[in-house]
Amino acid sequence: MKGSPGDQGQRQGQGARVGRLADDPRVRALVYQVALVATVLFLGWYFISNTLQNLDERKIASGFGFLAREAGFEIGETGLFSYTAADSYLRALGIGVANTLRVALIGAALATVLGTLVGLARLSGNWLVAKLAAMYVEVIRNVPLLVQLFFWYTIITESLPGPREALSPLAGVFLSNRGVAFALPAAHVAHAWMLWALAAGVLAAWGLSRWSDRRQAATGRAFPVFAAGCGLVLGLPLLAFVAAGAPREFDTPVLSGFNFSGGGVLTPEFAALLVGLVTYTAAFIAEIVRAGVLAVDRGQFEAAHALGLPRRHAMRLVILPQALRVIVPPLTSQYLNIAKNSSLAVAIGYPDLVSIVNTTMSQTGQAIEAIAILMLVYLTISLSISAFMNWYNRRVALKGAHA
Amino acid sequence: MKTISVVMGTVMLAAWGSAAMAQGPSTLDAVKAKGYVQCGVNVGLAGFSQPDSRGVWKGLDVDLCRAVAAAVFGDASKVRYTPTTAQQRFTALQSGEVDILSRNTTWTVTRDTSLGLNFVGVNYYDGQGFMVPKKLNVTSAKQLKGATICVQPGTTTELNLSDYFRSNSMPFKPVVIEKLEEVQNAYFAGRCDVFTTDVSGLVSTRSSRAQNPADHIILPEVISKEPLGPAVRHGDDRWFDVVKWTLFATIEAEEMGLSSKNIDQQAASKDPAVQRFVGATGDVGKMLGLDNRWAFNIVKQVGNYGESFEANLTPLGFDRGLNRLWNKGGILYAPPIR
Repeated sequence: MKGSPGDQGQRQGQGARVGRLADDPRVRALVYQVALVATVLFLGWYFISNTLQNLDERKIASGFGFLAREAGFEIGETGLFSYTAADSYLRALGIGVANTLRVALIGAALATVLGTLVGLARLSGNWLVAKLAAMYVEVIRNVPLLVQLFFWYTIITESLPGPREALSPLAGVFLSNRGVAFALPAAHVAHAWMLWALAAGVLAAWGLSRWSDRRQAATGRAFPVFAAGCGLVLGLPLLAFVAAGAPREFDTPVLSGFNFSGGGVLTPEFAALLVGLVTYTAAFIAEIVRAGVLAVDRGQFEAAHALGLPRRHAMRLVILPQALRVIVPPLTSQYLNIAKNSSLAVAIGYPDLVSIVNTTMSQTGQAIEAIAILMLVYLTISLSISAFMNWYNRRVALKGAHA
Repeated sequence: MKTISVVMGTVMLAAWGSAAMAQGPSTLDAVKAKGYVQCGVNVGLAGFSQPDSRGVWKGLDVDLCRAVAAAVFGDASKVRYTPTTAQQRFTALQSGEVDILSRNTTWTVTRDTSLGLNFVGVNYYDGQGFMVPKKLNVTSAKQLKGATICVQPGTTTELNLSDYFRSNSMPFKPVVIEKLEEVQNAYFAGRCDVFTTDVSGLVSTRSSRAQNPADHIILPEVISKEPLGPAVRHGDDRWFDVVKWTLFATIEAEEMGLSSKNIDQQAASKDPAVQRFVGATGDVGKMLGLDNRWAFNIVKQVGNYGESFEANLTPLGFDRGLNRLWNKGGILYAPPIR
């Protein structure tokens, strides 16, 4: 018996520690998590390497080298950007992203306006207005969006006359089955000046509102910040317009050959997609707005009234902030839906990202790469919308309400 | 730990399993084992592949599928059809969803190499053309400057169109819609001035979809070569041979004067070439891994190329043109079966 009693105690302790290690929930959790991560990584590696091997064996090209190659196909509408068939696949995909964003952003803005109007109309005391709004919501949101898109597209292309017999409801506006062609102010340096003036106006109005908030907090005196702000935002560009010589020439669409040239154009594909997305999403937004307003207790209005706040201030300072807390989170999903639903454009020939990716895929045969790009872009757009809306939600949330 | 080792074991098994799969069994064996040929066809192009009023697929491309089934099984009805759009077709073949792609598809070097396909030959020599409403008073494609043009995406058509207008310095506006039916609707509704696709597709569209076919004219310019043919996957030579020689057998039969109507009598003929063709002598069928009566079955059940053309395309107003036999003024030419 050389070992001291102390030694033995230590050995027993070690055995017990190993036993305890397996019993320790934190250690077990760690082991399971490491195992899970390892499995996921292994499966990911396995699928990727297996796919690459299969592609290689079937002699199918892989990699992203095709992005630099000449696309060789035309795109129907390119928005503010220039594109020809001689540009690369990368540029073609960029045009697709721009087209998707264009319809999604304009769609989200218009759907918010229309949805708010319809939502408030459903709450109206006027029986007819309330019923019409209710009918709109029930009809529109219960018909699949794809069907609605075909409906609008068919209406536009089948019911309007050809360009040679175009309707002209207003001077400089022509309606035909090629879309709406409209006059635009002819290009002039004044427009660039006006844009800068607008930016300056917005910046100045923002500064003014901050200054007036601080002054009101310090002295209690209010400043007519809304009127002054509007004056800045509208007045500065007007000033620039006059200063640049007030050019009043218009670039009017003229029928030449097959179609109108000159001016601006709203194509049937874009119009049908936009109208479809806006009316469809507005029906959902209307319900969200209605729920938001109804969620604010009636007592809040009465309390604001009792404090002597005018109706306008009561709405802006008391009711709306509380309603927005209910409205914003579901509104985020609707914006995400608009971005994702815009991919139905492919059915009616609007050259959105999906349409361009599809073409790229069948011209190059690189389906996996093309789909990966597609998913990445939609994920980025959706996560950006989410991030922005979460930021906005935190701003309108009750201060101190977060745990 | 036990759970984890089970998971790892399963994964390893899966890895081993599909590594063996990647090696790939021969398509011919797989087709024989499942008992039918899975054929990728057009979703609906009159004369080439379209289901009739009873849901039976008919057309020149469909007949090629039926001929392969006749060669492999001795029964032309052992085919299942997968309708594919212009954009889905290559993925369907690459992924193994279909065994043959017989869907008026143009043979190009890109498709033959980087898409991993092998074209077995040409069953319709075509070229791209333009169709316009008569009332536009257009007589030449050179007058189409600034026109709005309806086209399907993911086709050689889309690329040829851009090339043609670029080389003639003419701007145009494409309206690109994937579904054939929708793009045809857009053209007939007047959304586009012009519809462009292979001339065969224009003739088929005009005769099957126009309210009054005489209101639409096909312009004289043919701006490209469009050799349309069936394709199989890269790297399976046996299956490639079977489909290739099935196509050649239908052409060879026409040249030898063998048709579904006379093949029974002709089989008894003393002509050694016919004897070889029907499998009475030689073992061509065995070399292909098929029954020796493979070619006899094709002609008996599906008919020769000319019969198929007359049954499917002639009624729609197609002229045989380039698709005559080489000794009748066309360019159809099959290597000898011997």
